Amino acid sequence: MMLIPCPWCGPRDESEFHYGGQAGVAYPADPAALSDEEWAKYLFFRDNPKGPFRERWSHSAGCRRWFSLVRDTVTNEVLS
Amino acid sequence: MAGPVGTRPAPGGDLPEHPDRLWRNPEPKASYDVIVVGGGGHGLATAYYLAKNHGITNVAVLERGWLAGGNMARNTTIIRSNYLWDESAGIYEHSLKLWESLEQELDYPILFSQRGVLNLAHSLQDVRDSVRRVHANRLNGVDAEWLTPAQVREVCPIVNISPDVRYPVHGATYQPRAGIAKHDYVAWGYARAADALGVDLIQHCEVQGLQISNGRVTGVHTDLGTIGAGKVALSAAGHTSVVAAGAGIDLPLQSHPLQALVSELLEPVHPTVVMSNAVHVYVSQAHKGELVMGAGIDTWNGYGQRGAFHIIERQMSAALELFPVFARAHVLRTWGGIVDVTPDASPIVGLAPVENLYLNCGWGTGGFKATPGVGWCYAHTVAHGEPHPLNAPFSLERFVTGALVDEHGAAAVAH
Ligand SMILES: Cc1cc2nc3c(=O)[nH]c(=O)nc-3n(C[C@H](O)[C@H](O)[C@H](O)COP(=O)(O)OP(=O)(O)OC[C@H]3O[C@@H](n4cnc5c(N)ncnc54)[C@H](O)[C@@H]3O)c2cc1C
Ligand SMILES: [Zn+2]
Repeated sequence: MMLIPCPWCGPRDESEFHYGGQAGVAYPADPAALSDEEWAKYLFFRDNPKGPFRERWSHSAGCRRWFSLVRDTVTNEVLS
Repeated sequence: MAGPVGTRPAPGGDLPEHPDRLWRNPEPKASYDVIVVGGGGHGLATAYYLAKNHGITNVAVLERGWLAGGNMARNTTIIRSNYLWDESAGIYEHSLKLWESLEQELDYPILFSQRGVLNLAHSLQDVRDSVRRVHANRLNGVDAEWLTPAQVREVCPIVNISPDVRYPVHGATYQPRAGIAKHDYVAWGYARAADALGVDLIQHCEVQGLQISNGRVTGVHTDLGTIGAGKVALSAAGHTSVVAAGAGIDLPLQSHPLQALVSELLEPVHPTVVMSNAVHVYVSQAHKGELVMGAGIDTWNGYGQRGAFHIIERQMSAALELFPVFARAHVLRTWGGIVDVTPDASPIVGLAPVENLYLNCGWGTGGFKATPGVGWCYAHTVAHGEPHPLNAPFSLERFVTGALVDEHGAAAVAH
């Protein structure tokens, strides 16, 4: 069980959160200009590191806001 | 003649001879025709069929831990082939047929028990999807029946079919040929048989990088040094992204913890396998008597082989709703594995963007049942340098072409 630091509510139990996967994946500025490969990359490919991972969380059972944090995917330690 | 007291066994302490080792533990050679990365069920089965079906015996399986210490001996051992799409029916049914004679094939007990699987339906939409899947299965020659709640009760008398619960059972699909097997025995059986055909099984040897020159793989870097290879076949399950990243290959995989648990040993009460995607638990009773339960992945990416307790709590409350008789059972043990999940809940088996490198990954929560089938097809793919027809639809390219094999319905997270 993780304690996740919501920037607005402070550390809260993991079960109050919804996971959003890799952070910083922007919607393409001009989707129609992408090749099939580029579109596939945007839709289906995400980083999957063993170690620090910058990711999105939503405090869905609390303030309902989205935020990013860096967590170690092996130890679950929140690094920033 | 008894020796001095100190060398005599203690009373009652006469232990049987240590059983014979099932495989050698060789030092790695300088190079191999094929290196299989990962000594789980898939890697071992692949090595076995490379030797058996294709005569390729200069093969090593490199395993960073001990054989079958990954998902292979952590899964809940459900074997079935009642997926929705033709592509899936092809490979899973091929696998189920191989399971049916695997004990003879390997000359090793695997405790394969065809006790059937019930996939419960709890809503009108569930009923429609399930009946559709039964028809699709039949068209593909996969045994499947639609059962009413009363028939569910005949197959598994302890399922609660009362209409008076939050998610009543409206019926179920039933695959009589489905079942369970003893997962560690399956791994040992393949390991022993592969070893006998000359395959080197090398434990405690971690692949830390791929040696690539001119766009083709020529070997692997390991903590025991560099080992040359004509071909490299990845079978590293939850760690595939890590190994592939070393070669600059991106894969559409996300690694998650998946947990399971067992109760203490109980009298036989549960004759089949029951899965519910809506209430979300799957349950069988192992040969020794423990109830074996699993559910969904922990949502976040993780490589720690442990998940959160609320996941366990939810699957137990789901189990209790379906099986009130379990109310007094105790949890004996919980554990987790790391599963590599794809966007369409189907695996990736085939060629890689680097020559002589092969991919077998993305089996997520459901690859145990595929062990013989994927070993068979992947060995063919590696031996011939082109996909076996049964795994051709499961290419990496499908994420670009859009020809996905969407098994979220039949697999959900509960594969
Ligand atoms: C809790 C749980 C329940 C499950 N229940 C079911 C079920 O009921 N039915 C079903 O069909 N499937 C189930 N699965 C899924 C199934 O276990 C997997 O899909 C399947 O085991 C994957 O293939 P494998 O056996 O080869 O994987 P693994 O046994 O995980 O093999 C991969 C091996 O690669 C090794 N490895 C990784 N990186 C390296 C490296 N760099 N160098 C060397 N070796 C490396 C690992 O140590 C590991 O031993 C379940 C999984 C879990 C975790
Ligand atoms: Zn908050």
